[in-house]
Amino acid sequence: METLQFLMDGFAVALTPYNLMFALFGAFIGTLIGALPGLGPANGVAILIPLAFTLGLPPETAMILLTSVYAGAMYGGRISSILLNIPGDEPAMMTCLDGYPMAQKGRAADALAISAIASFAGGLIGTIGLILLAPVLARFALTFGPAEYFALFLLAFATLGGITGKNPMKTVVAATLGVMISTVGIDIATGTQRYTFGVLELYEGIDFILAIVGLFAISELLFFIESRAGAGRKLIQVGKLSLSLKEVIATIPTLFRGGILGFISGVLPGAGASLGSFISYTLEKQYLGKKAHFGDGDSRGVAAPEAGNNGASSGALVPMLTLGVPGSGTTAVLLAMLISLNITPGPLMFTQNADIVWGVIAALLIGNVLLLVLNIPLVGFFVKLLSVPPMYLLPVVTMVAFVGIYSISHSTFDLYFMIAFGVAGYVLRKLDIPLVPIILGMLLGPEMEKNLGHALVLSDGDWSTLWGSPLAIGLWAFAALGLALPYIVGPLLRRRMKVAITEGPESD
Amino acid sequence: MLIKRTLSFVAAAAVSLQALAWEPSGKVECIAPSDPGGGWDFTCRSAGQVLQELELVPGSVQTINMAGAGGGVAYAHTVSKRRSDDKLLVAASNATTTRLAQGQFPGMDADMVTWVGTVGADYGVIAVSKDSPYQSLNDLLADMKANPRSVKFSGASARGGWDHLKVLIAAKADGVSNLPHIPYLSYNNGGEALTQVVGGQVDAFTGDISEVTGFLESGDIRVLAVLAEERLPGRFSDIPTAREQGVDALGANWRGFYMPKDASDEAKAYWRNAVATLYDSEQWQAVMAKNGLIPFQPEGDFRAFIARQVADVEALSREIGLLK
Repeated sequence: METLQFLMDGFAVALTPYNLMFALFGAFIGTLIGALPGLGPANGVAILIPLAFTLGLPPETAMILLTSVYAGAMYGGRISSILLNIPGDEPAMMTCLDGYPMAQKGRAADALAISAIASFAGGLIGTIGLILLAPVLARFALTFGPAEYFALFLLAFATLGGITGKNPMKTVVAATLGVMISTVGIDIATGTQRYTFGVLELYEGIDFILAIVGLFAISELLFFIESRAGAGRKLIQVGKLSLSLKEVIATIPTLFRGGILGFISGVLPGAGASLGSFISYTLEKQYLGKKAHFGDGDSRGVAAPEAGNNGASSGALVPMLTLGVPGSGTTAVLLAMLISLNITPGPLMFTQNADIVWGVIAALLIGNVLLLVLNIPLVGFFVKLLSVPPMYLLPVVTMVAFVGIYSISHSTFDLYFMIAFGVAGYVLRKLDIPLVPIILGMLLGPEMEKNLGHALVLSDGDWSTLWGSPLAIGLWAFAALGLALPYIVGPLLRRRMKVAITEGPESD
Repeated sequence: MLIKRTLSFVAAAAVSLQALAWEPSGKVECIAPSDPGGGWDFTCRSAGQVLQELELVPGSVQTINMAGAGGGVAYAHTVSKRRSDDKLLVAASNATTTRLAQGQFPGMDADMVTWVGTVGADYGVIAVSKDSPYQSLNDLLADMKANPRSVKFSGASARGGWDHLKVLIAAKADGVSNLPHIPYLSYNNGGEALTQVVGGQVDAFTGDISEVTGFLESGDIRVLAVLAEERLPGRFSDIPTAREQGVDALGANWRGFYMPKDASDEAKAYWRNAVATLYDSEQWQAVMAKNGLIPFQPEGDFRAFIARQVADVEALSREIGLLK
């Protein structure tokens, strides 16, 4: 078992006290960020990126920190869903359906414990899936030439709508903005400058990290200033833990089904965690039928979506690590981080940077255990934090963002740029234009252009090379499906999701 | 009166004494024209450390990262704002001269700074996959002579960048015509470019020896030639040079420093000496060995070497149509 050996080496990396400390810190901060309504995992990771640079962390530690934040945010999302009926992030939406009714029945502590166990199980199943699937896919990925990569990036663009698409047109606008931003700087195919207007600072293009931190963290601050929501929330009573072992055992089959479904939907580029939690919940509801009281505070209704979204969060790492194609918004942010650490994601990362890949995977496993241990006794603490007024929290976030960005390049020009991105992010959010496709556009656009150029150079200008291999044709077919499906299934799913929510306790 | 005259004499003597043996006092800075973690950052930080150990600087050397425009921001800063600073070194490499030659630092040329010296190099290589039919550089070049489009290269620099130029230098040295038609695919970094060669999509890789070390050890690739004067030391001694194979192509990616143009002559002399002393020191040899740098001193004077390199790159860039 070669994989097992690598995994053991990974544990050796992740279990050093230094890395373990950062994993613990990341899991804690991640849970905190996930718990705060409005700050999702993508924001969480974006906010922590500057910190990783400020501290001058080595690559494996930086990645361990950020993946722990990622896993932690997925955990944290459920806390405000259950207690406040406000999902901390989109994937946690389904947890409201049975979590909040449980809380209303005075079983908030039980719901939180069940969801922590479900998150653990989902994360564990997803990570095991990642361990089994990623190395196989990495070997297979070596056969990808420029034409296949072009088709793959096309697939990623085609499925973008699935990530955030409420209004597909706005997603297209956002992705186009991202692609446009990415064209600034030297064009590596011809060696000429594009859109730099003789400004030296623009010659190397616009850094993703600047855009990410500006768009997510700074715009969040602007929203806060606008709303002046300084009051904080009233303290919620959690109640006593009265969960019986029998009830936990009863959820085990649900956990398995949810985790596996979540993992599969996470692996598909574009689908991501929201789909994972939704599919897990709806299928579980149909599967159990009359045997359960979904929507009425059934513990399995909490377990299924939580297992699903945590499974999906590990699944989304598979295409990111093996092909360099992010499967979700958060993995796009992680990918940008990898690139700026000078590590090339892709098939060879598994051989060339094995310590980082397996260190991160091991950190995910350890992180899941840490999160479970953190979450059951500390539930009361996280609940208290929910009532910390954002007027204390956001200035800290802003300070970290500024110090961090400045410490990367020591350039005040970058700070102005970051602020500009923050203002742009604020305006775009006001217009309901999603931000994640911008980042994906910035990351995927140049890669797609590059691979198109390369494919044509290799074929001496013959365009048919783009669909010249069975693999490429398969990817084109998937891309077509990915483009069409959201229009057919998307509105259907969303309508059901809405119906499910309005049918829920809120209307009681 | 007498006292005053004596005092002024002493002062004058002190000044001239100082001029004779100029030594840096106070803060010495080294600008790394990149983000932390890159090659230039490494040059500044490790050289600064050794300069301190050798007591060639009064305190420590402060590394300042000034990224942008592939070194252009730092170059402009040195030329304009720090024109006459005696205590400033800036890390440089082939990338600096290449961009200067191709006019990518608008309005600036290589004569606007003082070139101090080199502290080692990373040598260029041309490599193929282990399953490739090409066994030597001559096999590869023979095919290219028959048809310049027959061998497709991948590398980490942009078109016209150093990795691309190395292919052109080798091809030109062997008399391959139609240089602009040699297919070159540029990737973001050496790892990505090598992935395509190992995967069999591209025929050959052009890059530096440090980029292929991992793949060489795993046996995934075969290095056809290293573009050095002599065989490289240590574990690389099995790799033939291009010269051995009758192709007079050299491609060393050197690391070194420049400093402001209007610094005092004494300061310039001091730093030339200091960098030479650094290069010869045991400590620096250890740093090089640990980080995969290989000894390199340009043939002849460093300034002349820079001028020659700029001229060569300019000519090649013109030949492939990058410069009009």
